[in-house]
Amino acid sequence: MAPAIITLAADAPKLDTGSTAFILISAALVMVMTPGLAFFYGGMVRVKSALNMLMMSFISLGIITILWTLYGFSFAFDSGNGFLGGTDWLGMRDIGIAELWPGYGIPVYVFAVFQLMFAVITPALISGALADRVKFTAWSLFIALWATVVYFPVAHWVWASDGWLFKKGVIDFAGGTAVHINAGAAALGVILVIGKRNGFKKDPMRPHNLPLVMLGCGLLWFGWFGFNAGSWLGSDGVAAVAFINTQIATAAAMLGWLLYERLRHGSFTTLGAASGAVAGLVAITPSCGSVSPLGAIAVGVIAGVACAAAVGLKYRFNYDDSLDVVGVHMVGGIVGSLLIGFFATGGVGQTAKGVFYGGGWHQLGLQFIGVGSVLGYSLVCAAILAKLIDVTMGFRVTDDEEVTGVDQVLHAETAYDFAGVGSRSAASVPAGSSSDAAASKKVDA
Amino acid sequence: MKLITAVVKPHRLDEIKEALQAFGVHGLTVTEASGYGRQRGHTEVYRGAEYTVDLVPKIRIEILVDDADADQLIEVVVKAARTGKIGDGKVWSLPVDTAVRVRTGERGPDAL
Repeated sequence: MAPAIITLAADAPKLDTGSTAFILISAALVMVMTPGLAFFYGGMVRVKSALNMLMMSFISLGIITILWTLYGFSFAFDSGNGFLGGTDWLGMRDIGIAELWPGYGIPVYVFAVFQLMFAVITPALISGALADRVKFTAWSLFIALWATVVYFPVAHWVWASDGWLFKKGVIDFAGGTAVHINAGAAALGVILVIGKRNGFKKDPMRPHNLPLVMLGCGLLWFGWFGFNAGSWLGSDGVAAVAFINTQIATAAAMLGWLLYERLRHGSFTTLGAASGAVAGLVAITPSCGSVSPLGAIAVGVIAGVACAAAVGLKYRFNYDDSLDVVGVHMVGGIVGSLLIGFFATGGVGQTAKGVFYGGGWHQLGLQFIGVGSVLGYSLVCAAILAKLIDVTMGFRVTDDEEVTGVDQVLHAETAYDFAGVGSRSAASVPAGSSSDAAASKKVDA
Repeated sequence: MKLITAVVKPHRLDEIKEALQAFGVHGLTVTEASGYGRQRGHTEVYRGAEYTVDLVPKIRIEILVDDADADQLIEVVVKAARTGKIGDGKVWSLPVDTAVRVRTGERGPDAL
């Protein structure tokens, strides 16, 4: 890439301070989605693995940030070929402070940090499917490998100006394919390899803390405005449409899910409200720059009902998608991506028109290509990576450790100390000075 | 001495405490408990998956009393705990050999 030339060109965009400020704030908003996701998932697991669930998201903030700096940004967004970016930005060394993202009024660093937050949350999304049963070291290695082999290239396919899906005209405004289908398909690939939790379909595994789930959902909803509106990379009317569509679709999806489960199962549940909201956020992610506000209602309702129906599939087909990453993110991402082919007005951010706006079937066909290629690639790669990890170091904890609970076994902590009874203070048991030390020495995490 | 144990619905605790105070009981112990009797459990639904929850939250109240007061005290507890619906709980009493007030070392009824 030769960005210096672009900044010198006479008609090139100048630094736009409004957009720069908005995208920096959006980056911070997207960052808070990862802790939000941690709480959303953390409240849904049983009490004995709550901390592990939080950590599976938080570790992504650590690992992926470093990988992004070293090579992720370069492989994803430097100009290369249709499938992978180049190497000019390895280590983020040769980026000028004044250098602008080609075609936009924001510095490259602003784009880099905004996209970093996407790279962080995407692997974290997968964690919900693996609840209660995987080694922390295996998970950490998995997200590093998956980000390298899958996320960085796929982000290039979808968003880089020379990415093959981008050049074809596949629309993904903020990550319906690159983030949600990508993560959902990876989750499916991994759980098909590592298998079910002990007691799946037999033991009750109800959420241990629904208020935490609601808190996480609220943080996700809040952060998602940065995720979607920020993806326009400017602060103007299109960003505003993406913003308002995000709110509308999410509201519609929450109502859709709630009505579905009231009719089907008899109650309006808290978990249903949170799940419906997230399903709507997922579905409007690719489409928020293509549809009208009324179209956003349709996208939301369809996603809410489709995802509410899809989460039951794991019982029918017997795969343990513990917290419904496939049912919500993969299905929601597919719904949102394909509905662009029907509801794109051509008058918002993108010019492509869907079936209902006289555009014919062309865009829908393109969306199918986007959905199918990302889904297939991610699922296959994730399954292979999971298998490699499983046969070398082992992906899962032992059955004993799983029953005891991964919080204690992997992290040597307990989420809640309700009574303050039963644990001696550390001072009374100096590590290594008693026979306890050998017994408490933890097995390989 | 007798130990009166009552396993009752959690939301009756305040009524029971007030009734016992009016009766002149100066101390009791309350623990959160779970269990079921004829009430059995209930069904919860999470994302369409139904869970049968067998054990229902209850509270267990324990009171040490003089033999003479035992029957009357049981009546007080039962009256305060009753809602008339299934799941109101049980109250029973057991004989107690001895009791010691830890601070002073007093024994028997003096320790109450």
